[in-house]
Amino acid sequence: MSSNNIQSYGFKPLNLGRIVIWALFALALIVAPLLFKSSLALTMLSQIGYLIIICLSYNMLLGQGGMLSFGHAVYTGLGSFIAIHAMNMAGKGMSIPVSLIPIVGGLAGMGFAALLGWVTTKKSGTTFAMITMGVGELVASMALMLPDFFGGEGGITTNRVYGQSFMGISFGPQIQVYYLIAFYCFVCTAAMFAFTGTPLGRILNAVRDNPERVEFIGYNTQRVRYFAFIIAGFFAGVGGGLATINFEIVTGADSLSVIRSGGYLLFTFLGGATFFFGPIIGAVLLVFASVLLSELSKAWLLYLGLVFLFMVMYAPGGIASLVMLNVRLARFGRLKPLLSCYLGMALTGSVVVLGAASMIEMLYHLQLNAALGPEMEFLHLRVNAEATASWLCAVAVLAVGLGLFELVRRRFVARWHHIQEEIEKEIKRTEAH
Amino acid sequence: MNLEFFTISMLNGISYGLLLFMLSSGLTLIFSMMGVLNFAHTSFYMLGAYFAYTISKAIGFWPALFVAPLAVGALGSLFERYSLRRVHKFGHVPELLVTFGLSYLILEVVQLVWGRSTVPYGLPEQLQGPLFTLYGTQFPKSRSFIMLVALLMLASVWLLLTRTRIGLVIQAALTHPEMAEALGHNVPRVFMLVFGGGAALAGLAGVIGGNTYVTEPAMAGSVGSIIFVVVVVGGMGSLAGAFLASLLIGVLQTFAVALDYSMLTALAGLGVQVSESSALYSVLKLTISQVAPILPYLLLVLMLIFRPKGLLGKRED
Repeated sequence: MSSNNIQSYGFKPLNLGRIVIWALFALALIVAPLLFKSSLALTMLSQIGYLIIICLSYNMLLGQGGMLSFGHAVYTGLGSFIAIHAMNMAGKGMSIPVSLIPIVGGLAGMGFAALLGWVTTKKSGTTFAMITMGVGELVASMALMLPDFFGGEGGITTNRVYGQSFMGISFGPQIQVYYLIAFYCFVCTAAMFAFTGTPLGRILNAVRDNPERVEFIGYNTQRVRYFAFIIAGFFAGVGGGLATINFEIVTGADSLSVIRSGGYLLFTFLGGATFFFGPIIGAVLLVFASVLLSELSKAWLLYLGLVFLFMVMYAPGGIASLVMLNVRLARFGRLKPLLSCYLGMALTGSVVVLGAASMIEMLYHLQLNAALGPEMEFLHLRVNAEATASWLCAVAVLAVGLGLFELVRRRFVARWHHIQEEIEKEIKRTEAH
Repeated sequence: MNLEFFTISMLNGISYGLLLFMLSSGLTLIFSMMGVLNFAHTSFYMLGAYFAYTISKAIGFWPALFVAPLAVGALGSLFERYSLRRVHKFGHVPELLVTFGLSYLILEVVQLVWGRSTVPYGLPEQLQGPLFTLYGTQFPKSRSFIMLVALLMLASVWLLLTRTRIGLVIQAALTHPEMAEALGHNVPRVFMLVFGGGAALAGLAGVIGGNTYVTEPAMAGSVGSIIFVVVVVGGMGSLAGAFLASLLIGVLQTFAVALDYSMLTALAGLGVQVSESSALYSVLKLTISQVAPILPYLLLVLMLIFRPKGLLGKRED
């Protein structure tokens, strides 16, 4: 047992898989705007870029430190505010190039994390969650009280094109901003990944799993949490600074709000807090949900809440854990027998969603657009939201979908357990040799 | 500050504090029993207000006072049975997250059913008007009704927990769940009852808080973080601490909104004049009533620095 452990920590000179993955990540960042050229796609990509940093920094607390923070927007938001003031001052003559503004934001986030984190990290677990929420409210309401600094309701605006352009780079066009964000995104992701391997990162995992034992081997858990909190604050501030460059406006009511913090939490969790790459998925989902889904349906927050609830109940590891479970199956060559089940579940599941969504949409239509009459458009169909027939139809679709889904699900569960047992046996067999 | 202002503000503060206690007591009970921080607690408060609004339109306020909390409690137990219990094995953070998701859902559903603006949930005739007049200022009946209900509730919960058989089982399940289970008590059902009971208490607070203050979709969020402050300041899991902290914060906020002093007035009293161009002018000119919303959170921060276990909390960590 012990010899095995020592081996697994041995020095590996070249980790080819890791290099390939990071190269692919860099390539994806570079190529993405060349593939999706519309301006909507470019703004979405820019948002994804800095949200990846923010969600990863959030996961440094939630996933790696077991600290459930309800006030992460404080550090991104304050980072944004300091960044925007730095930009405005730079426009008046102080010499900070736009490309370094995210660092300014990061230092600001770090400073505020050092200040406020000293109080919040005094506790862990549930109490930590409540305190971060209190501190979040404190900062958010303070922003409304000090309009000189936070700009009040209207916020503060800036202009990112100042100073001399360098080799044609003025950061006026969105594409240049995107590449700045992409650069920071890659560097910060790499830095945060490197952090997970440092002694601090490892002891942070230990503090998450068994704080009592960490105390016994002589570490101060509070200090470990505090340091991790400060580092997370730095990356959050970098994300906030990039957001400032992207939008050229910061408002206190929005970027410091507890709702914003809740959003980071929600999507980091949906993406998957147990794996390093989970929050990256979460950031992509966050942008897609808030840009595309909110256009598509007025009920998007309801759908989001439902998805989140089901995810916590059935897959607490998020999407990343679902992916990794199937990667494990594929590695043992057992993915194929499940594919038909996945297809079946996707089909029946979409019937369920269709039935439920049509009812929700009809309800929303009746509540919000009553003035427009009972007729509404749903998936290019004219539907009368007041007619009994359309409700009966929706109920029937939902019932049929639920029944079929349950049938497929039972077969899937049986097969899944069978395959897992076989894999366990195979692992034992190879270990015996 | 004269006596009249002091007495009325004190009474208002106590009635608001008692309302806060009705909420924080349920939260504390659930937390100390199940270790679950119920993020959706104030959502149940909001549901109580909206249910009472709808029910009182149909059958009047007084029946609604009993029916609405029961309905909220039933919903709470259902949620515990079918969602929270499933998550229990994953640990405390997923439990908190599932209640967080629920608070999202309840807010959306409330906005869907009752709309996004304030609903006209008014006081019944018996509670309108002043109860008594003190130095020319009136004290409304509705506020005193809140005080009455809160005290009755406090007494009955205390009696239930300490003087009845079910209360003893609940206390046993709190400290020694395995032993209580081994003696043949259905501990998961006890948890379900406690969660439902806590939700019902929040619902009751909603019924009487909704018409005294306002009934709107933002009511859950606005009181939610204050409740958390109350629970932390009072000491996690301590009912008596929650009581003290509720009153403290209720009185603090009520007095603060009425006081129009700022640092500038204080400095002027000392004979120091600050010019408008000075760097800290925008901070110094803030009056106490302007900073009233952040006072509870400041109290939280100060408490954590000087007495991290809370007013009456036990040492933890």
